[in-house]
Amino acid sequence: MNHAPHKDYGGAKLGMWLFLFTELLLFSGLFLLYATYLSRYPREFTAAGRDMHVGFGTLNTVILITSSLLAAMAVTAIQRNERRNVLLLLGGTILCAVTFLCNKYLEWSAEIGNGIYPGSPRLANGPPGESVFYSLYYITVGLHGLHVLVGATLLAVVAVRVKRGTVHAGDFVLLENGALYWHLVDLIWIFIFPLYYLIL
Amino acid sequence: MATVQPTPTSFWNDTGKTGITSWIFSTDHKRIGLLYFYSTFGFFLVGVLLGLLLRIELMAPGRTIMGPATYNATFTVHGVVMIFLFIIPGMPGAFGNLVMPIQIGARDVAFPRLNLFSWWLYAIGAVIVLTSLFTGGGPPDTGWTFYVPFSARTGTNVSLAVLGVFVIGFSSILTGINFVTTIHRLRAEGMTWGRLPLFVWSIYATAWVQVLATPILGITLVLIMAERILGAGLFDPGRGGDPVMYQHLFWIYSHPAVYIMILPAMGVISDVIPVFARKPIFGYKMIAFSSLAIAAAGSLVWGHHMYTSGMSDTAILVFSFLTFVVAIPSAIKVFNWVSTLYKGSISLEAPMLFALSFILLFSIGGLTGLILGAAATDIHVHDTHFVVGHFHYVMFGGAGFAFFSAMHYWLPKFYGRKYAEKPAVIAWAFMFTGFNILYFSMMVLGLKGMPRRYYDYLPEFAPLNLVSTIGSWILAVGLIIMLVNLFRGLFWGEPVGSNPWGGATLEWSIPTPPPTENFDQEPVVTHGPYDFTKAGVP
Repeated sequence: MNHAPHKDYGGAKLGMWLFLFTELLLFSGLFLLYATYLSRYPREFTAAGRDMHVGFGTLNTVILITSSLLAAMAVTAIQRNERRNVLLLLGGTILCAVTFLCNKYLEWSAEIGNGIYPGSPRLANGPPGESVFYSLYYITVGLHGLHVLVGATLLAVVAVRVKRGTVHAGDFVLLENGALYWHLVDLIWIFIFPLYYLIL
Repeated sequence: MATVQPTPTSFWNDTGKTGITSWIFSTDHKRIGLLYFYSTFGFFLVGVLLGLLLRIELMAPGRTIMGPATYNATFTVHGVVMIFLFIIPGMPGAFGNLVMPIQIGARDVAFPRLNLFSWWLYAIGAVIVLTSLFTGGGPPDTGWTFYVPFSARTGTNVSLAVLGVFVIGFSSILTGINFVTTIHRLRAEGMTWGRLPLFVWSIYATAWVQVLATPILGITLVLIMAERILGAGLFDPGRGGDPVMYQHLFWIYSHPAVYIMILPAMGVISDVIPVFARKPIFGYKMIAFSSLAIAAAGSLVWGHHMYTSGMSDTAILVFSFLTFVVAIPSAIKVFNWVSTLYKGSISLEAPMLFALSFILLFSIGGLTGLILGAAATDIHVHDTHFVVGHFHYVMFGGAGFAFFSAMHYWLPKFYGRKYAEKPAVIAWAFMFTGFNILYFSMMVLGLKGMPRRYYDYLPEFAPLNLVSTIGSWILAVGLIIMLVNLFRGLFWGEPVGSNPWGGATLEWSIPTPPPTENFDQEPVVTHGPYDFTKAGVP
């Protein structure tokens, strides 16, 4: 059953875009809950939102936007057949992802140290809206963090392929799709950041 | 490419290898289709068995064969198995995979390895669901809807079952992505959108629903796990959550999901009716369009499951209106099928009998759906056996009978052998009779006020419950005859040629069983899917 390998770039891109849609829809359920509960508990949401560490959030936003830029540059570099640059740029992207997750770890440790986590006694005794806010925050950001991890792994796989030469200037749809996925991870954060850190 | 065209070998013996690995690691859409067929149909039989047990329990008031806790687990597992393990993956996974690529003139789907991965995800999800039955606190007892707050608190193994369903949902998304891409990119030359067989149109609409709705199921299931494991309290009123929000999220997926179940079924019927009526389909464009219309409008009606849960009157009115809107494209299909039959030269063979009974049973199911969709009547029959009857008319009488029709219509093509006609008709007669006795009694019981999912009932409901249970046995007898006849025929029956039914779609133009590459050269399509004259069929 040796199907002659057929490469359909248009098809591969279409499939990837459909997949990105499903990822957005996955998060949309959480945004829907956010909208509903914000309208029900505006005061508690505002109070909790003011306690968020805006510094951490801003830093992570800058890191992710930078990483997206690096990923996009990697796609351009491979079209110019600059393999070394592709590897450096992908390495930079992955480094950004790791830094992002480390920051997240520090931020969450601080929060948990203050007794703020889903099901904690402090939240159980606080106002109801506050518990909903933090539970949503942890689940949304946790799920996003998981996507950062998946995206970074994907880019690492792509980098190995680039090094081996199976992804090259003549066939780079895998890198392009990997970068698309990474932009999605970035995009979702661009919505999470203002909703939890800024507008409240 | 070799200049001499070798005789095409069938996909059954192309590799020279037999063994299980030549199947479970195959990327051939036909093999994957059969994998899906056997795995989903196996779960269908498990579901049937559980359903029969439920009917025996309800045969008489009080305890018959099982205690209340077992009863709760049985109806939950019956629902989970039938919906998530059989009917959602079944039709797209089995017949979508087997037939759709050939019908559009393609060699395979767009992403063959992803296709195999989807089946693996399905298999892994199924194993997780099965594991949940025998470990931890025992099988889930929440009903297949996993409603909070009960699902967040019950001691049974809900988390694991939900994880299994999550994995299966991921498989469903990947199948959807694969099929949408395939239908966009791999149509043969001349296979324009206006020449797509209607089964392909329905698989296309289904694939979009799979892509757009299933992620919401994913996040909903993640949230149940968060409730149980983290104690997130997002749906816990004691901590500011709202259980009704869970119901919204659940039905935003699960209502469109019923169209994942019924749309491919409608596609089968649209392909079978013209072949056995010897007439081009009536209203091709409207049937194709109505599939998309059902997929679109069906995504906006989830609220009709929640009229009694606490919504504003405006919301109820809007959801009720939209529910009635969905009835329009469904009716368009029914009228077009009936018009196709008009003055046709109808041959009543097994696939056609199942297709004709689909029209009747689906119409009953659809019209009783409007009784539930109208808020005023829904208040009276909500959560009664009327809902159970309605649902089975659409899902079993509709999707199930279409699945049987597809089995009789397409499986001989892939096995090269055919079942015996007479036992198939007898089996159909048993099933059709048993089905109506079984589920029509349920609808009457519901109108009289018997609630669904109750372990025990008042004595005045006893006679009809007994009738219903007897119906389930007649149905089971028919099912056994059908299975024995069908599979005996597929393995040892009379050999069939490439076009046993006289169909005009592309799958009938290639050898039986199909060669691995489907077509020895890329087909060029010059006529529509139901143009029997141009296809050279007498």
